[in-house]
Amino acid sequence: MKAKQIKARIISNQRRNGNYGHLEFESTVIAQQAQPGQFVNIKVNNTWDPLLRRPISIHGVSGSKVKIIYEIIGKGTQILSQRRPGEFLDIIGPLGHGFDCLRPDKSGQHKNIIVAGGMGVAPLVFLAEKLKLSKPLVLIGAATKKQILCLQEFKALGCAIKIATDDGSAGFKGRVTDLLNIVLGQVKPGSLFSCGPQPMLKAVARIACENKIPAQLSLEAHMACGVGACLGCEILTKTGYKSVCKDGPVFGSEELAW
Amino acid sequence: MVKKKKPNLNVKIGSLELKNPVMVASGTFGYAEEFKSLLDLKKLGAIVTKTITVRPRQGNIAPRTCETPAGMLNSIGLENPGINKFLQKKFSFLKKLGVPVVVSIAAEETPDEFEVLIKQLEPVREVSAIELNISCPNLQKKRLISQDSQATLEAVSAARKLTDKCLIVKLSPNVTSISEIALAAESAGADAVSLINTLGGMSIDVKKRVPKLGAWVGGLSGPAIRPVAVKMIWEAYNKIKIPIIGMGGIMDIDSALEFFIAGATAISVGTANFINPQSSLQIIAELQQYLMSNNMQNLNQLTGKLKACKD
Repeated sequence: MKAKQIKARIISNQRRNGNYGHLEFESTVIAQQAQPGQFVNIKVNNTWDPLLRRPISIHGVSGSKVKIIYEIIGKGTQILSQRRPGEFLDIIGPLGHGFDCLRPDKSGQHKNIIVAGGMGVAPLVFLAEKLKLSKPLVLIGAATKKQILCLQEFKALGCAIKIATDDGSAGFKGRVTDLLNIVLGQVKPGSLFSCGPQPMLKAVARIACENKIPAQLSLEAHMACGVGACLGCEILTKTGYKSVCKDGPVFGSEELAW
Repeated sequence: MVKKKKPNLNVKIGSLELKNPVMVASGTFGYAEEFKSLLDLKKLGAIVTKTITVRPRQGNIAPRTCETPAGMLNSIGLENPGINKFLQKKFSFLKKLGVPVVVSIAAEETPDEFEVLIKQLEPVREVSAIELNISCPNLQKKRLISQDSQATLEAVSAARKLTDKCLIVKLSPNVTSISEIALAAESAGADAVSLINTLGGMSIDVKKRVPKLGAWVGGLSGPAIRPVAVKMIWEAYNKIKIPIIGMGGIMDIDSALEFFIAGATAISVGTANFINPQSSLQIIAELQQYLMSNNMQNLNQLTGKLKACKD
């Protein structure tokens, strides 16, 4: 994998579902190499405020276009949301170790299950595209119906979808991990693939362990360098500290010591 | 028209000869391999490794970094594989680059550890220089070696007896008088001082009312600390004769020039490596242009040439 620093032209940047931005940029070098679970590290403007790049997972590629989704939460994402098509962004990517797509069972005997929480859907659409031959089952969790992202994209890939919302405004009322427990009583599971808030990932890891299912989890962390040099985004694994940016962001659930 | 001669960017720091004065600072560049696809490493003046200790260190509890206005805090805690593993696993890539390698070392408990480290580095031909990191703020120490001129004198004197390599001493800005400490390092036989390590800092998450760093406090770096660094270099330059390697928030050519004018012989790019991995190479190219357009043939004509009044 050869990450590159490029000036990428913004193709589109739209706000959807209230507080989420969908941005597409042009980069053949990133589009050709990108794997699901990898991320790009974006300098949102050319000043030192904010100082650091913003790591954002790759949502999909088509041709030379790369798609990302971000939630507008702080100054960096606020500025990113104001960048216009035709402008250029300084981007480093693709970075990190993505999902291992070879591991899942393609025979269809065992169902691959994708578990997405909130913003966690972003890299999982890209993954579902790679796994579509095995017709994965997608579980999406969000606080309310309005915050469910990428439903149409999963549908277009032919994935079966189940939804959980905290307030019951759509699908199952409760946590997506409770829904996962129910689903595991109904299907023969293959692998679990998950991305979302850390408490949810911990619950997925626990469920995977109890049911003896392999699980790959994509973590989020504050990063400085994004290339494994500063050792700022370390996470404790069973074999010592590892960098979320370089050794991850995707880890096997059995590796993590949390 | 007479074609202008290309200015010479060579600098000499003790026995260390650099083809240009732009280095990458310890802790911000890993062991260089991490950046190999992002810049032409061979063009760097020198590479300073992440600090190595005798034993492997796990580092501090997460989160270890947080962004601050025009800066960042870190509390990495010198995570490193220890000297043996460093030489076995990490050094092979560095030694093949053809760029001078400065190995940064630190003592965790007592200054005696420097002896163990230097004895292992001394026979390694491709180690061009040793930087004594006596100023890491993330070791939960009450007092750093570089916060005491007597302790600095003793640690540097002991190290000096053990090595003929270029010996650089990295100092902390968290002191009352930087020139006093720099003088101690000089009189103990240091070939150069690196100024400055990070400034002690703390940041609080006001919603949760908790410290943003897992270790509570850390070291501040980035453009926010640049004026502090420039002042300390200027102060030290007026007191010591050995070269100063200047660092602290250098992001681009203009910030690099401030350091040279204040008295730095060479500079190190640190936090900027995270933001723009190309910045060190851009500074090298633009430094050459600056010298050329100001009719300077070499860096001696720039270092310490601060004017007293505007003319």
